[in-house]
This record gives sequence, C-alpha cells and structure tokens, in this order.
Amino acid sequence: MTDTKLEDYSETEEENKSKEVKELIEPKKTNNQSKAHEMAKSQREISIAEFFEKNRHLLGFDNKRKALLTTIKEAVDNSLDACEEADILPEITVEIHEIGTDKFRVIVEDNGPGIVKAQIPKIFAKLLYGSKFHKLKMQRGQQGIGISAAVMYAQLTTGKPAKIISKIHPNEPAHYYELKIDTATNKPDIIKDVKKEWYKENGTRIEIDLEASYNKGSQSVDEYIRETAVINPHVTLIYQPPKGEQLMLVRATEEKPKQAQEIKPHPYGVELGMLIKMLQRTETKTVKQFLKEDFSRVGDKAAEEILENSKLLSKTKTKDMSRDMAEQLMNGIKKTKLMMPPTDCIVPLGETMLEKGIKKEINAEFYTSVSRPPSVYRGNPFAIEVAIAYGGDQPADKSINVMRFANRVPLLYQQGACATQESITQTNWKSYGIQQTGSNMPVGPITIVIHIASVWVPFTSEAKEAIAHYPEIIKEMKLAIQEAGRNLAKYVKKKKRVKEELKKRSYIETYIPHIAEALKELTNCSATDEEIIKENLTELLEQQRGKVDSLDFDPTKNEEYNEEFAKIGREKEHDSNSEFSEENADEEDEK
Amino acid sequence: MTKTLEKIQTTAKKLFTNIKLKEKAEMESPVRSLNNVIYNKKDGFFELKGMMKKRTLTANTVKTFAQTLKMMALSKDLINSEDIATKREAYYVSKNWGEARFKEQPESDAVMDDIEATFACNREQLGFIADEHGGSVAGELTVIDKDSTTKKEIKIDCTKFGSGSYSIPSDVEHLKFETKAKFVLAIETQGMFERLNKHQYWKKANCIIISMSGVPSRSCRRFIRKLSDEANLPVHVFTDGDPYGMMNIYRTLKVGSGNAAHINEFFCVPKANFLGITPRDITEYKLPTHPLKEVDIKRAKDALKNDPFVKDYKEWQNALKEMIQMKVRAEQQALAKHGLNFVISDYLPEKMKNEKSWLP
Repeated sequence: MTDTKLEDYSETEEENKSKEVKELIEPKKTNNQSKAHEMAKSQREISIAEFFEKNRHLLGFDNKRKALLTTIKEAVDNSLDACEEADILPEITVEIHEIGTDKFRVIVEDNGPGIVKAQIPKIFAKLLYGSKFHKLKMQRGQQGIGISAAVMYAQLTTGKPAKIISKIHPNEPAHYYELKIDTATNKPDIIKDVKKEWYKENGTRIEIDLEASYNKGSQSVDEYIRETAVINPHVTLIYQPPKGEQLMLVRATEEKPKQAQEIKPHPYGVELGMLIKMLQRTETKTVKQFLKEDFSRVGDKAAEEILENSKLLSKTKTKDMSRDMAEQLMNGIKKTKLMMPPTDCIVPLGETMLEKGIKKEINAEFYTSVSRPPSVYRGNPFAIEVAIAYGGDQPADKSINVMRFANRVPLLYQQGACATQESITQTNWKSYGIQQTGSNMPVGPITIVIHIASVWVPFTSEAKEAIAHYPEIIKEMKLAIQEAGRNLAKYVKKKKRVKEELKKRSYIETYIPHIAEALKELTNCSATDEEIIKENLTELLEQQRGKVDSLDFDPTKNEEYNEEFAKIGREKEHDSNSEFSEENADEEDEK
Repeated sequence: MTKTLEKIQTTAKKLFTNIKLKEKAEMESPVRSLNNVIYNKKDGFFELKGMMKKRTLTANTVKTFAQTLKMMALSKDLINSEDIATKREAYYVSKNWGEARFKEQPESDAVMDDIEATFACNREQLGFIADEHGGSVAGELTVIDKDSTTKKEIKIDCTKFGSGSYSIPSDVEHLKFETKAKFVLAIETQGMFERLNKHQYWKKANCIIISMSGVPSRSCRRFIRKLSDEANLPVHVFTDGDPYGMMNIYRTLKVGSGNAAHINEFFCVPKANFLGITPRDITEYKLPTHPLKEVDIKRAKDALKNDPFVKDYKEWQNALKEMIQMKVRAEQQALAKHGLNFVISDYLPEKMKNEKSWLP
C-alpha cells in the first residue's frame, strides 16, 4: 500500500494546474482589464477533495443508506487487497454500531501487513493517493479515492476524525492516528499521532463515525457481506450488525488465490496523452528500449516493426520525442500486429470455487459454472466467469436474480446500467427453456452470478457500481452466459421429459381399469380375469417405459448449503412489502 | 349372432388372450386417406390399397385403446338389444366412462370410423347412425317402407308431398322402389331443390329430384345408389361451379371418399355424371361469378395432384385446370341472372339434350 513515487506524480499534476491558474490570474493588460481583474478575483484552483466534496454521488455517497455500504466496502476492499498482496489469509472484522439518530460508527479491522507510519495520513486523508492507480494488476481498489472519500464524508456529516491504528510487525509499536482531510488543499489534517500498544501482531483498524442509515434488503451491507464471502471463499468475516448477533462467516478454503502478476501496459491500450507522459518519465534512453521495457509483448522484432511503421529511426532518443513524433509512434503501433497481453495477471475464481460459493447460499436443484479463457479490451486483459443456480427454493414467477462481481467485489447498485444487464437481456433465454419476453430480463427460478476479473475494470463511475459497455466485454459475457445456458438447457429439458414421462405413467394407471372393464364386457370374462388383465397390462406397459431419474427437488441434497448464511441480508426490510422498499432504494439511487 | 357382432367378439377375445399371456396387444385398421385408395374404374369406386395402421397398446395409445374398447362394448350392447345410437348420443354415452370419456364429438366420431374400418362394416351395422340430414326427395317415385311396429308395408308416393318432400331415413337398407322416372337429378342446394319442386320440374322432365344439402350423408348416398341400381336409372348431379361442388360433393357421391374407403363399395354411385355448373357453362351462359378463394385453388390443385379419380379422367383435369385459369367460380343460383326460372325453361333441358356437355 505504499508507493512514494506516486506522491510526486500527483504533486506534479497540481503544480501543472497551478501554472495554468497563474496564467489566468496575470493576464496581459487590455481595455477590459478592470473587468478581467474583477473576474480573476473569484477564480481559484479547485482541489480534488473540494470537487468530490461537492460531487459525493460520484463516489457512492449519494444517500445515507449507500454511504454506509460504500464506507464498509472501501475499507474491506483495502483490507483484502493488502492481505492478498502480503500473502496472508484474510480475517476481517466489520462492526456497525448505532451511536445516534442516523449516526453510525463503522469499525473495520484486518490481520493484514499494516501500513508504515509515514503513509498512514496520506492513504486515509488524501484523495487520489495510493499504489493502485498506476499498477496494471488485478486488484479490488483501483483509483486511490475510496477510503479517503469515506473519511471525508464522515467529517462532513459528523465532524469527527477517522481513527486509525496500524501495526506492521510484532516487535514494533502500533501507530494511532486521528485524521481529517483539509479539503481546500487535499492534504491530511493530523489531529492526533501517538504510539500505542495493540494486541495484534500486525494489521490495521479503522473507525469512522458517519451519518448513515442501516437497512436490510438487496442493496444492504448484509447483502454485501454475504456476497463478499461467496466470491472470496478464502476469507473469514466476522460481522457485527447494528442490532442482532455477531455472525462469523468462516472461510470455505485455506487455499489463497494465486497472486496476480503486475503487467506493463500493452501498446494497444495506450492513448496519446498517456504515451507522452510515459515518454517523459521513462528511464530508458532510446525509443526502441522504451518500447521493449515499458510495455508488455514488445520484443526486439516488434519494436523494430513499430518504429518502421512509425517512420522513426530506431536510435531516436526518448528525450527528443516531440508531440508529433509521439503521434507518429501511436499510428505505428496501430499498424503493427502485436501479441495480446499476457493473461497470468488475472486470477479468475475458477468454476469449482464459483459453484461452491453459490451453493453455500442458494439451495437449488442444479448448478453450472463457466470460466472463460482471458480476453482483451483496450489492451487490458480480462476474464469472465458465470455460474447459474436453477430451481429449488427460488421463485419461478419473478425476474431472475443477478449477482454481479468485479475483481471479487460485489456490485449492488446500478444493475440496469451495467454491461452484465445488457449481456443477460440480449441472450435468447427461450432456447434454454426459460421464459423471456422480447429482450427483457428472463423470468424463472434462477440466480446468475457474473464475475469479471481484470487488471483494470472499466467502471461507469468512481463509485464502482456498474461495468462499462465495452463490446469485447459484452461479447465475452454473452459467450459465458450462453455456455452456462446450454448446460442449463440440458437440465431443463431433461426435467421436462421426466415430467412428461411421469404424466404418461399416470396415464397408464388411469386408463388400464377402463381397458380391463371393456374387455370384461366384450368377452364376458370373470372378475378374476379382469384383475389379471389389469395386473398384466400394468406390468407390460411399465416394462416399456424403463426407469426414470427422480428430478424432484430435494432440499437436503445440497450439503454446501448454509441456511444461516443464506439468510444474511435476505430478511425483509418491512415484512409486508419488501419489494416496494427495494424500489425505493433504487429511486434514491437515481437521485 | 350378426356377423359384425362375431367380428367384434373375435377381436376382443384375441386382445384378451394376448394380454393374459403377457403378449403384445395390437389392433389393426386400414389407413383412411386418399393415399390408400385406388380408383377401380371397372366397378366405379375407390378401393382400399391395403395400407394398414397397427395400433400397439403403449403409454401413448392407452387412452384411445380404452376408448375404442369401450365403444366396441357399446356397439355390442346396441346390436344385442336391436337399438341404435346417433353419433351424438354415443358421444354423450361416453360421458359416463370417467377418465375415458370424450371431450369433443370429433374424437368419438374418429374412434367410431376406426372401428368401422377395422371390421370393414358400416356404422349402421354397429348400431350407430348419423345425425346429419338425410336428404329430401320429390318426383316420380314410390318408396316402399315398413311400419316399425306392425311390420306391414307402407307405400309412399313422392309426388304427393305438395310443397314439402320425402325425407330419406338414416337406415335405407330395407327400402324398395317403384318408379317410371327416366333419371335422378341430385342437387347440391336445398334452395335449388325447392325451386324445382315448386314448379314441379320432376313432372315436366319425368324424373326424381333429390336435395343433398352439401356433401351427401351416407344414407343419402346409399339411397341414390339403391335407386340407381334397382330402378336402373342414370344419376345427374347438379352442383355449384366450384372445386367444392365438383370434388367434395360430386366425387364423393360418385366414387366415395378416402376417409370411408372401406365402405365405398356400397355408398358410391358409379352411374352418376356431372351435369353442371361446369367451367364451360360459366363462359357459355355468361354467368355472374365470384373470384376463386385461396382454399378453392388449393383444393383444385390438390385434386389434380392427388385424387386418383381426377387422375383417371382427362376431362376432369381439363375442367379443373380451366377453372384455375379462369380464377372464378359460379353458384347454381347464378342462372337466375337470366330469369328466376331460366334453370327450368332453358338450362336443364339444354344440358339434358347435350350429353357432350356433361363431365364423367
């Protein structure tokens, strides 16, 4: 979680901005100078913190209910990423305490590697600070806004600082901080800074007081906790909701997910501005070296080819590259055929784990899962995974239930705006035996899980709620849904056949007595003979049929199913009309 | 014991034995469709080619099997008690069979047809009669019937019905005839029959007129057949000038149908010929027409392609082709364009004189 270089980057950006501002403040004198001067007085730099303070919905703080979820989500995401990077099996405690009307205290504590003292204030009390933005690696956090945004929201709504304690080694003391953000400058405002004894060997704990509201239902913290456990089977979560008992969601596997490899950007995924910036910062001397070392999938031959296609000499120095030359290089890249980026940088969950996860919380008759091989959009590798649970306890007359995940993080809001939605509705579910009118959401007893794993998930906003509609991503999603759909169709059709077969068998039972009776009337045979006829017919006809598999739903068959677990977040918000309240939440969401 | 009853019981006994020995239970009946008939030119009717359909008792056929056997049992009762049941009545009797009852009458009619075909008898022999209209008769004919209670002969003079007519009964097997008429005129519509009867056309032409009211019922066909055989009379058929009148009505009367091929032998009228309205009449009499409908064209084309009777007569192929080309049809009543009684004063006498204008 530490990267000093990054600080320089963001500072440079700010310096650049202030230069521009200076130019505005000191214009050349003209006839209109007094007016321009007057205007200039009200013009000033906007800090990123100030911007997001005003536009908090962009970060997922549009309402009280969502604020609680976003705060917890950001803290847990950070903990999980840190644990995985440090190769630690995560054990995370999430506590929510009601401390007043619409006021809550959120505590998230992990057993992660901890954070070195100097970094703590920046990570928690400075927006756009962190190691993640510039790393092409599959991880939950991306921008370095998340947790600091939560701290900012907390101080805005309660005026209280965030309390952080972190310890990096059993032999070193823990550091305790109370932090706020100076939004005008986007710099940490340190309220308290002390050494402290802490029982943990290592880890981080954050305590935030904020204005929020706690609700149950489909977009609740409960749901988030449960889905997090589904998609991260190696995590132990200890969850204390505001009212009610503490829940312990014990990890389902000791196996840690494979470490995702960090990759260099692929030339296809880079835009001109980015290329120029990379040229300015590179440590390489020549453009050829630059191409080979700062990008993935560019070898000696490929670099030569790019330079040739760019009409640039291979000895060109990186420091001599002008904007026009960078554009030439850009066009050269487009003309060159390159290998797709390596895909070991993404670690999908895998079909078995995905299925195990969904089995834990949905008691269905049939499960299937598909893990697609990695693919690429804009030079970024990604992989799509889909699991379907069919039948069982699920209602048959409602739209199917969708669970969306991106890099192992549940997405609870903005389903309608998400690429997953488009992929699902554009699939022809009728061919899998599932009801669907036009390109609406299909209707049936189905839960579909969609997971995108990528070095850079293209969210539609910083709140990371929905996945952008890249054609390559939608195509992969559809392929995964179709593959799972075909498996599903086999089961649905088999079930239909069995149902028909059982109907035929009941037919046999219904009509045999009539045949026996008619034969008795026609042949004047005895009542004993009539009975023999009945028996023989039953035997004859059932012989023809053979055995049928029983496809009746057996609720005890799924051994992975955990009823307690499945209930989390599923309790009705208001007993009478939970659907109504969910709709309300969506409406709030829109605002 | 009647022959039919014997057949029913033999079949039932065989099924009974098979099941008792745990052998496969099957029933066989001829395929009832145009594909399974050939036109026997010598005798003048459709004959079965011999394609049989075998129905084995399985889960899929168990319901029809039960219904067929129940229907056979009903037939046995009817024969034994010398009673009859109309097709509609038989359908209602089935309502007493629990799960094996028929939902709609077409279901029970189809089962009845299958039984008929299986035993190669007609439904009257099974004790079932049609509930369709039998047909009306007027003209130079005395029908000799029997009083059902006294068993004494009753003579019915068909010239003595005034503006009414004699109604053909559902069982005509026992009827006898006395007549001096020269021919029989079978008419498609009741309306045209009424006009000819009103003006006593039968007196003028010395004939018997019979209304078929659409496709003639079996008893009507059998009545005309007996009349034509026993009194040795030619039968002229007067229908609308459209594929339905020509194929469904005339062809069925003359050579029988694919559906009832097993009994055509007794129900067709090989001596019949087609008087009109022919496509040529439409042109020659400048009759008002209606455009041929999609179904008319399809029916005509089907006949050209599949009907063994049409395939045997060049004249019919030409007539149907001509009609398809003209794309029009004309009703019997179209003759009224030239005056209400033009049909009596001109059309029929002219047609009767000119044998060449007939179709075989």
